[in-house]
Amino acid sequence: MFDIVRIGEKKIIGEIIEIHDELAFIQAYEETSGLGPGAIVESTGVPLSIELGPGLIGEIFDGIGRPLNTIMKKVGNNLEKGVDAVSLNRKKKWTFSPNVQISDIVSSGDVLGYVKETSSVIHKIMVPNGVSGTITEVKEGEFFVDETVIVLKDRSDNKIDIKIMHRWPVRVGRPFKEKLSPNTPMITGQRTIDTLFPIARGGVAAVPGPFGSGKTVVQHQLAKWVEADIVVYIGCGERGNEMTDVLNEFPSIVDPKTGKSLMERTVLIANTSDMPVAAREASIYTGITIAEYFRDMGYSVALMADSTSRWAEALREISGRLEEMPGEEGYPAYLGSRLSSFYERAGIVKIIGREDFSKIENRTGILTVIGAVSPPGGDISEPVSQATLRIVRVFWCLDSTLAYRRHFPALNWLASYSLYVDEFAYWYETNISSDWPILRNQMLELLVEEAKLEEIVKLVGVDALSGQDRIKLETAKSIREDFLHQNAFHKIDTFTSLKKQYFMMKLILEFYDNALLALKKGAEISKIISIGVRESISRFKYVRENAIDAVYNEVSRNIDHALSATFNEENQTYA
Amino acid sequence: MPREYKTIKEVFGPLMLISNVKDVKYDELAEIELENGKCCRCKVLEIDDGNALVQLFENFAGINVQTSKVRFLGKSMHLGVSKEMLGRRFSGLGAPIDGGPNILPQQRIDINGVPINPVARNYPEEFIQTGISAIDGLNTLVRGQKLPIFSASGLPHAALAAQIAKQAKVRNSNEQFAVVFAAIGITFEEANFFVKSFEETGAISSTIMFVNLANDPVIERIATPRVAITAAEYLAFEENMHVLVILTDITNYADALREVSAARKEVPGRRGYPGYMYTDLASLYERAGRQKNKQGSLTMIPILTMPEEDKTHPVPDLTGYITEGQIVLSRELYQKGIVPCIDVLPSLSRLKDKGIGAGKTRADHSDTMNQIFSAYARGKHAKQLMMVLGESALDETDTLYVRFTNEFESRYISQDSTTNRSVEETLDIGWEILSILPRSELTRISDEFLDRFYKTKKE
Repeated sequence: MFDIVRIGEKKIIGEIIEIHDELAFIQAYEETSGLGPGAIVESTGVPLSIELGPGLIGEIFDGIGRPLNTIMKKVGNNLEKGVDAVSLNRKKKWTFSPNVQISDIVSSGDVLGYVKETSSVIHKIMVPNGVSGTITEVKEGEFFVDETVIVLKDRSDNKIDIKIMHRWPVRVGRPFKEKLSPNTPMITGQRTIDTLFPIARGGVAAVPGPFGSGKTVVQHQLAKWVEADIVVYIGCGERGNEMTDVLNEFPSIVDPKTGKSLMERTVLIANTSDMPVAAREASIYTGITIAEYFRDMGYSVALMADSTSRWAEALREISGRLEEMPGEEGYPAYLGSRLSSFYERAGIVKIIGREDFSKIENRTGILTVIGAVSPPGGDISEPVSQATLRIVRVFWCLDSTLAYRRHFPALNWLASYSLYVDEFAYWYETNISSDWPILRNQMLELLVEEAKLEEIVKLVGVDALSGQDRIKLETAKSIREDFLHQNAFHKIDTFTSLKKQYFMMKLILEFYDNALLALKKGAEISKIISIGVRESISRFKYVRENAIDAVYNEVSRNIDHALSATFNEENQTYA
Repeated sequence: MPREYKTIKEVFGPLMLISNVKDVKYDELAEIELENGKCCRCKVLEIDDGNALVQLFENFAGINVQTSKVRFLGKSMHLGVSKEMLGRRFSGLGAPIDGGPNILPQQRIDINGVPINPVARNYPEEFIQTGISAIDGLNTLVRGQKLPIFSASGLPHAALAAQIAKQAKVRNSNEQFAVVFAAIGITFEEANFFVKSFEETGAISSTIMFVNLANDPVIERIATPRVAITAAEYLAFEENMHVLVILTDITNYADALREVSAARKEVPGRRGYPGYMYTDLASLYERAGRQKNKQGSLTMIPILTMPEEDKTHPVPDLTGYITEGQIVLSRELYQKGIVPCIDVLPSLSRLKDKGIGAGKTRADHSDTMNQIFSAYARGKHAKQLMMVLGESALDETDTLYVRFTNEFESRYISQDSTTNRSVEETLDIGWEILSILPRSELTRISDEFLDRFYKTKKE
């Protein structure tokens, strides 16, 4: 069961997915045209697995872990069938520096040594699962990935060679000690996400949205800016040009944390929509296995899957061919359980194994999963969206009407939610400012209020509203346009630090409070809403991070002056 | 000599079951010889023990279960291609129908194509000037893009596609350009419109046409787009030409797919279309693009008619998920007499950001584009309010937005089907109508461009 087979003359790759008596069902990972009865099927005797070791970072793999660059060198621009290519480059030497000495006793997950894989990632070589013993030999220097660097002797005196790389079956989650509950937000630099709907480090989020709602841009933005050591990006059943875009763009983006290229901490998995469907089903598992491997080194890993709907459709296609009884909309009955067991592989975990042998450690690894969903017609009542919603705690609902207005990111602030908000309130209070949660809630309230007022305006017109409500509307508009709207392609606007987000919130709400005050003191509404300083509030998003303190103080002062002028003038005329 | 079988067991719909076959391969092409010596082609869908299920590509009238003979050809369906095909007209399966001689093929290529390695793709970023403001200015087309037109019955999508084919050019370049046109189940009149329009502009000599009309066999339609794209791929990636592929109408293709699926008694997905339709459409659309080490490019404009103008219908919906944007036509604008009737708000070109800006179009392009979109959306909203509450309910700014919206529709979007605007003209018109709004409203444009282009009203 689940063994990999090679079929026919072209040696097409397949996997055994069902066995009935003497019949085996094989899922072929490549196009099957040209096969017929009588073709020879050879079993390789191993389940679908991926090679784990240095050389993963910066590489792009297909759904079953073959490097696409190597395939291109072998067969040219098109993906021919039956190409044999190992995941890791066998001809590259890596410098291995050991972390252990002879006669150390080690067990699964212990860090044996280090390989500097790229300028931003140090790859930790660990004892493979299920292996333990006493070290009898330690090598140091330059090695290929398939060379032995450490030799162990286990309890029954068997000699065990440990190589730099090892293999892991993708459908099996890698073990850990204990799962912890997520408690800190993951900073993305995207204002709508960080402020209104934050995601936890080790949490899971879903981004559903109809086409054209900027789902992919959101995913790309997150991959670029998210606070993680390693990013695994799975392009699952999406456009070929999108992967090309990632390949072109990531190497040239400077990672704000390390100052190096973003590609130096990214692994890409690509199964574009024209590539074989069966491999699409596997691509998600290949991706998350790589992510777990880096998590086990103690890193914070973010995995983006774009899109899980395509994965579910692949599941449906395979299920249909197997003539299984269909569930909702033709999806197999096990759709929900497959989805949840995938998302459940995310989390903060206490990892097994030690790095510093002199003390007792509590090492944790973090795996955050962000899955895109592409509901047909943008209607999230369909099975994939619904099954996903039951699992995730953060839901970023993209809205096509916002996208038509070119409001990006097109996150609908009324429909999206994050169940982490209350848990993180304390974190924001201590790390940013004590009034952060209050400001955030005030902002959301104004937006909700706006939606109600808009209804009234539709019926009776804006003039019928009280001055207070007018100010509410104007402030909500400012929240939408000056705060929530964020241009992913603008040099400065593309990333906003939490401190700047705080200042922006503060400015908008300072205007709100002062405007209400001015109104009370008798200022005219038209004067209040037309004060010139509002333009500097809306331009604050283009202020460089190093200048925000000064500009904030200036704008804040100006708001105060301008608004007090509105009612002082008034008093003068009456005086 | 391939073995001949006279063991046809069943014929149902476009499918046929042949028993006692040997050495048949999946997806293999076969030929059926009728009593009168006529041959028609089919391909293998399923092999179960000694039974082969085949799908017919051509009209199946005249098949006699007793006397018809089947030969399996040992290969999948191939198309013979050559540069000689330019200027010629072919059937939906690639046989010449213009009375000219047969093509001497340079190469025979499998019509199913082979997926492109994402690593081998070049990102499309060369701006194509179509001369149509609503496309150039707001939903820019680039070389290697697949940009469908979402239309509906009774809307002039054919005129728009013909205009694009006629005017499309890459600025400052004189490279070889070709059009591959596939008519998939459309009427004679519509097909003839394209022929006429290509003839008028002289483009016919650099055009290949594959024609499957409304009264041609439905099943042939499954092969027609593949045949057309195969020819286009040859021109683009072997002959280094820049090819524009127009496929019309994809809805007819999807219906043919549904017919075969229903005959096979497959579990239907939404609206009876097969569950694998996404994959199937992707295997067509994804063949567009640019490749590394190749000069040419393949730009694709599929046209589809949305039943009941419903964008969530499976055909437009799945298409939208695969293609890089969409151009949506609107009946409302058409009725107002605005030509082309492109509704810019739901339209989108995903690749525009890389194709515009300094050196490609003009530095202010991106900012003005965003500003026009948001101003137009706001203006339409204000117009709705005005309809309910009357003009007096609008404040001064909203009145300006309404004026902006009207001017935008009548001056920016609207142009003649023969007007060919350069992108500078388009951008200048954009600034003229943006200048209706006060400068403080233009928050999405940086000061630099406002200083340069914003025209203050003469008081």
